[in-house]
This record gives sequence, structure tokens and C-alpha cells, in this order.
Amino acid sequence: MKIGVLVKQVPDTATKIVLTANGRGIEEGNVKWVMNPYDEYAVEAALRLQGPLSAEVVVFSLGPARAVETLRMALAMGCDRAVRIHAETPLDAFATGNALAVAIAASGCELVFGGKQAVDDDAGQVLQIVAEVLHWPVVSVANQLHVHAGNDGITVHRPAAGGVTEVVELGFPAVIGCDKGLNTPRYPSLPGIMKAKQKPLTEQQSRDLLGGVSPHVVLQQFSLPPDRPAGRKITGDPENVAQQLVDWLHNEIKVI
Amino acid sequence: MGNDIVVVCEGDAGRLKKYSLELVAKAAEMATALDATVRAVAVGKGLAEALQVVGPYGVTRATAIDAPGLTGHYNSDAATAALSTWLQQVQPMAVLSSTSAHGRDYLPRVATRLKTGFISDAIALTVTDGRLVARRPIYAGKALVDCVVTGSPQMIGIRPNVFGLPAATGGVATVETVTVEIAPPRETIREVVAAAQRVVDLTEAEIIVSGGRAMGSSDNFRYIRDLADALGGTVGASRAAVDAGYIPHAHQVGQTGKTVNPTLYVACGISGAIQHLAGMRTARHIVAINKDADAPIFARADFGIVGDLFTILPILTEKIRKVRSA
Ligand SMILES: Cc1cc2nc3c(=O)[nH]c(=O)nc-3n(C[C@H](O)[C@H](O)[C@H](O)COP(=O)(O)OP(=O)(O)OC[C@H]3O[C@@H](n4cnc5c(N)ncnc54)[C@H](O)[C@@H]3O)c2cc1C
Ligand SMILES: Nc1ncnc2c1ncn2[C@@H]1O[C@H](COP(=O)(O)O)[C@@H](O)[C@H]1O
Repeated sequence: MKIGVLVKQVPDTATKIVLTANGRGIEEGNVKWVMNPYDEYAVEAALRLQGPLSAEVVVFSLGPARAVETLRMALAMGCDRAVRIHAETPLDAFATGNALAVAIAASGCELVFGGKQAVDDDAGQVLQIVAEVLHWPVVSVANQLHVHAGNDGITVHRPAAGGVTEVVELGFPAVIGCDKGLNTPRYPSLPGIMKAKQKPLTEQQSRDLLGGVSPHVVLQQFSLPPDRPAGRKITGDPENVAQQLVDWLHNEIKVI
Repeated sequence: MGNDIVVVCEGDAGRLKKYSLELVAKAAEMATALDATVRAVAVGKGLAEALQVVGPYGVTRATAIDAPGLTGHYNSDAATAALSTWLQQVQPMAVLSSTSAHGRDYLPRVATRLKTGFISDAIALTVTDGRLVARRPIYAGKALVDCVVTGSPQMIGIRPNVFGLPAATGGVATVETVTVEIAPPRETIREVVAAAQRVVDLTEAEIIVSGGRAMGSSDNFRYIRDLADALGGTVGASRAAVDAGYIPHAHQVGQTGKTVNPTLYVACGISGAIQHLAGMRTARHIVAINKDADAPIFARADFGIVGDLFTILPILTEKIRKVRSA
């Protein structure tokens, strides 16, 4: 069996976001790039099945040349080979999902893991799109997973509203979105990092994969969230500060 | 392509979600600018009656979509198939939905079946040149982007609670039930496990009181619960509190927890790390209680109290109870 993992390179969450002068994107000069945190859970989920399912784990990323660093990281963690998909112009979720799906289909993977959301666009869509293009079922958010005895399917826990957990069973092929709590991602070991340099990393062009499929969402303008006007900050006698807060809640914002 | 705006509503225990009703009202308000007619739909069993409530909010036509394979429980495969089959017949100009846990799961799938784009988690919606423009937070809310769907229909998911509910008028809705044929779902819902304690969905909550690492124990979280009860709100937490085992992960607010959008957010003993802010920065009013006057949370708070939460919370809770029972 082959297992696919989808990883995206994103700015570290502590990065200060600065917009470009034309407001059409962000300044990338001082950005520290990392593997999307949820994708680390996806890599770990795939690696835990590598042995039990005698699986080859193939990691995919669509992104610019620097995305190779993230693929090397996944290889250092233990993935077997990597595919980078080059896109000339930025793609929306629809085109990204279509390109990834075609690459996955060509690789022969039957189970695909990704993150529940990429922390740059915070979209939470690409995995569902990949699944639909492949005509596979998908659980977009999973925080527990086990493969059935006989290796013919998978049971996952999907967190829903109100603290409810939905226990979902699926056959293969399937796409699974990984959430915090699913596992504890490993760190790449030193020998792992050395070995990663020798592992195969191939490149594909999104143009070739997409065959005419084009984006359907256009980003028009970026902006920064308005600064909140400085609030009040009080200190002093507990009785008195509590009363001031109650007055504010009651008279000014009227929530009580 | 028709000129319908379809609003996908959700229900629970036979009642329409408040965020769905808000979306219906918002769509009705925008319909003139788009020269469109609004239709409300809901997918699943037993929601036909619940849809009646859209009438007073300016929408007179509603459809309950049923299909063999739909049960009382959400099934991603079945919901996707049922809604996309119906939308393929109706061919609306736009589809609006909420990015609730279920909405954010299956609407991207529906959009892909319709070969169009979906914008998730919008926090504002306007009309420019006859097209919907959605504003959504990116980079954990550190930036915003305005975007449009160039495909058809224009499909947009809106974060729950961003629009208020206008006053109801006298309208009456006609609700039809339509049954569509779908392929049998490939996913089986083996079980639906309720939370140990009923957690009101944080993403829908109007008032949230959250505790951080400073709480020190799960027992001490009673200070947070008591205040939340007094305010009629829901309990949230920082990751540090969750990781320390004081409270289950379902309560976590932030980048790796829930994104919330309440009217009032009270952060107690929470420092205000960027990943926590990512989950609550769009709250309309933010209150912080922290003993460190330099805690970053104060830069976000409309009302900050510098002091010891263990002294302040019981007094505050008592005073709020008095005001609310007066
Ligand atoms: C990839 C990633 C994802 C993350 N996701 C999340 C997330 O989803 N949600 C999240 O919350 N965090 C998240 N974090 C963690 C985040 O960076 C912070 O570590 C966390 O939010 C800190 O929690 P805290 O504010 O409760 O604790 P601390 O930062 O330790 O703050 C405790 C505060 O309590 C105050 N205090 C102590 N005693 C008292 C007292 N008696 N009275 C009043 N105040 C008191 C202190 O002054 C301090 O400000 C994430 C981190 C990473 C790297
Ligand atoms: N460019 C990309 N390359 C590889 N995987 C991606 C890419 N974009 C998104 N994904 C995968 O899809 C998940 C959800 O991303 P998103 O829909 O952008 O929030 C991510 O966690 C990744 O696993």
C-alpha cells in the first residue's frame, strides 16, 4: 500500500505579518518558514502506519522552490519520497486541490493524510477538494484513528459542535484531516536528516497536472485588522474594580 | 444560472440555529443590491417545520432537502450528495452557509462537485458590481483579505455570530420538502459520543469566560464556571490550561482550538499569546483580568483589571448575580 501526506510550508505562527505596498500580498523578507503545524500530525499518522501496513509514504507539497525545505523535513522524519509541485502563479484552494489530486492518483496512494487547516490561509478546504476530485470519502478533522484488523478500513473520531465526537468508519481509499491530539509528531533524528538528502524528490508542474482547470476565487485586497482603541485598565481595591466592571457591563455595553 | 441566493441553514433538535437565521436575514437585506430572491434550505430529517421561522426575516420560500441515507446524524457523504444534487437542479447565483463544524466540512465538497469556488470563514459580506465580496481573516487573524468567487454559483461560508438578528417582521414562509436521490454514503457513523458535560458550542456562544494556566487546578476552574453561569455564558480555556489537564480540549480557544466570536470574552489569568488571540480577537468586547500589568492581553482588552483573579472573580460573580436578578 502507498500512503500520501500533504504538507504545506507556512510562516511560523509567531511571524509578524507585513503587507506589500500594493496590498496584494505579504512581505516575505523576514518570514521564518515552517511545516504547517497540523501537517506534522499528518506526517506522524502516516509514519505510524508505514511499518504495520508495509507502506511506502509519499509526501507532496505544492509551492515555490523553498517548499523543498519542508519536504526534506518530512523525509527526515521518515517519509520515503517526495513530490514538489511547482505553480507559476499562486493557486486557490480549488486549483491546489485539483493539482494535488492528480499527482496523488498518479502515485497510486490509497490513503492520504493532511492537516485540518493550513495556518496561513486558514481555509480548511484543500483536503475535501482533493477527496472530491478523486471521488474518495474524507474526514476533514480527526483527532483519533485506528486501522481495522485486516487493514481494510479505518475508524476515526471527528470532533463536532458542542464537545460531541462522531465515530466514523471508512474503507480505503480515503482522505483524513489531522487535528491536534491525534498523536505527538516526532522530531527528525540526525541520521534521519542525513538520509533525507539521498531520498528521491521529484518535481512536477501544476500546469501539466491541471489540464485547463483554473482558480475560482480571486483575492482582491489584503488589509490589516483595525487596531482596537486602547481600552481602560484599572487596578485597586477588588470590591471597587469589580463594581466598575459590573457598571461597564451593565450601562455601557449592556450585556447584563 | 438563476437569480436565487440559497442560504443553507442548520438545525438541532428541530430548531433552526440562530446563526442560520442571522444569515437568512443578512441575505434578505442584500437581495435588492443583487437583484436576487432568497431561498432558505436545510439538509436532513425533521427540519421542515423548523424552517418556518425564516418567514418573519424576509424569506418566504424554504426547502427541506431529504434523501434516502440521511438520518438524524450528520453524514458528510450524504449531506454533500444531497445538497449538491439539489443545487445542480436549482442553479442559484449564490450559496451562503455557516462555517460551523459541519458546514466547514461539507461545503467545500459541494463547491467542488459544482465545479466552483468556496470562500470559508468570512466575517463580512458586501456587494460590489453585482458580486459578493467576502472579507476573511488569514494568518490567524493577523491580516484580512477581501475575495470574490469567480465561478458559479458564488459559494461563501460565514463564521457564526457575525451578523446580528434584525427585528422580525410579519412574513410567512412556505416550506416544501424535496427528496433527492443520492448514492449510498461511504462513511458509516458508528456512534455519536456526547461530551462528558454538555459543552455549549463555543463557536456559537455569545458570552465566554476563559481561564488560563493561572487557574492552577481543575477544581479552581469552578471560579470560571461560576462567573460563566452568572453571565449566562460558556467556559473557555487557554492551551496551557488544557495541556495542564485542568479542562478538556473541547474548551480550548485559539489557533489549535476553537475560533470564537462572542459579544463578550472574559480572559482570566491568560497572558494573551498570539495563538490564543488568533481564536478570540474578533470578539466584540474583551475583558482581561490578570495580575501582571504588562500582560499582552491588556493591549487587546477593552476593559482590563490588574489584580488577583482569585480575589476578584468571587466578588464579581456575586455582583453580577445581583444585577441580573434585580
Ligand atoms: C503551534 C502552537 C499553537 C498554539 N495554539 C494555542 C491555542 O490554540 N490556544 C492557546 O491558548 N494557546 C495556544 N498556544 C500556546 C500559547 O503560545 C501560550 O503558551 C498559551 O496561550 C499560554 O496560556 P496562558 O495564557 O494560560 O498561560 P501563561 O502564558 O502562562 O499566562 C498565565 C497568565 O496568568 C497570569 N496570572 C497568574 N496568576 C494569576 C492570578 N492569581 N490572578 C491573575 N492573573 C494571574 C500571569 O500574569 C500570566 O499572564 C499555541 C502554541 C503553539 C506554538
Ligand atoms: N500547497 C499545498 N501543498 C500541499 N498540501 C497542501 C497545500 N495546501 C493545503 N494543503 C493540505 O491541505 C490542508 C488544509 O489546507 P487549507 O485548506 O489550505 O487550510 C493542509 O494542512 C495540507 O495538508
